[in-house]
Amino acid sequence: MSTDVIGGVLGESEPRGGPPVALIDLLDRLLNGGAVLTGDLVLSIADVDLVHINLRAVIRSITGEEPGPW
Amino acid sequence: MNTGPNAPLGAPGGGVGEMSYVYAVGREGPALDGLAARLPGVDGRPLRPVGGGGLCALVSGVPSDTFGEQGLTAQMEDLERLESVARAHHAVVDAAFAETSVLPMRLATVYLDDARVADMLVRQRSEFRELLGRLEGHVELGVKVYADPRTAAAPAPATVAPSGAGAGRAYLRRRQAEQRDSQDTYRTASELAARAARLAEGVAASRAVHRPQQGQLASRSGVNVSNEAYLVPREHTEQLRRELSALAEDVPGVAVEVTGPWAPYSFATAVTAEGADGGGPR
Repeated sequence: MSTDVIGGVLGESEPRGGPPVALIDLLDRLLNGGAVLTGDLVLSIADVDLVHINLRAVIRSITGEEPGPW
Repeated sequence: MNTGPNAPLGAPGGGVGEMSYVYAVGREGPALDGLAARLPGVDGRPLRPVGGGGLCALVSGVPSDTFGEQGLTAQMEDLERLESVARAHHAVVDAAFAETSVLPMRLATVYLDDARVADMLVRQRSEFRELLGRLEGHVELGVKVYADPRTAAAPAPATVAPSGAGAGRAYLRRRQAEQRDSQDTYRTASELAARAARLAEGVAASRAVHRPQQGQLASRSGVNVSNEAYLVPREHTEQLRRELSALAEDVPGVAVEVTGPWAPYSFATAVTAEGADGGGPR
């Protein structure tokens, strides 16, 4: 494994050469989507939810709580 | 920390002080094995395949301290760190998805060790297989519609600025016209979002609705009025993208943005474990 590969994959750009993925589109999917496993997680589901709630709080605190247009 | 009655505290395959971060699950085979051999995970840590029930999870070791409950909370409150973990997670999912059908995991899915991961695969194999079968041959497209009244507004008529009482009336008229234009733009954008949904649903197997994006992270100009995802057969992807992008071409003040193809993040949420005590917000 070369350092170049690590840098490329962890960097800003899409590994498949498309336009860079916007963080907000990614977070929509990584925080609201993805399979949620609850069985024998080391973090109990409560912890995981806690994390997600904190993440949402982060995003809201960054974005401000301005209401949408409707 | 929930260690359970039979939790082995030494982490086989993970070393002391390590836990197992799961990126995605797919069918066991050379595709995911090969990927694990050449792709790094979060923080550049090596990936490994963990098998069970004919399935394979892509896993990397993460330190127990920073990915334990408190460490994770702290990391996720740091936006730069959150972005770094999210992009590393996505890079693995995306590379796997380029080769085979996978179920992406939600961010920060962490198990005590690989044995727990294998156990989870075995117990949920039928749900995973069913979902993998349903997602096979499909990609996720994101479709967002934006309203931007400022770009819709016709240029204000060049009138000589009146003075006195006339100035006040002219101002009010202008404001009212602006508000009317703005409402028109939002209405047009909503109608266009509905047309986009009808168009996409014509070919999509499934639809997921996300919250409209707002705030600083939503850097694009205009107001996001709809933010949806569609599970689309791979062969229809480019045509649907073209048709969706064309919808707003001649509509001032309204824009359609199509993102993807994504791994089916928004359609992988159906998996729940037995004995789950509910994952709702608390």
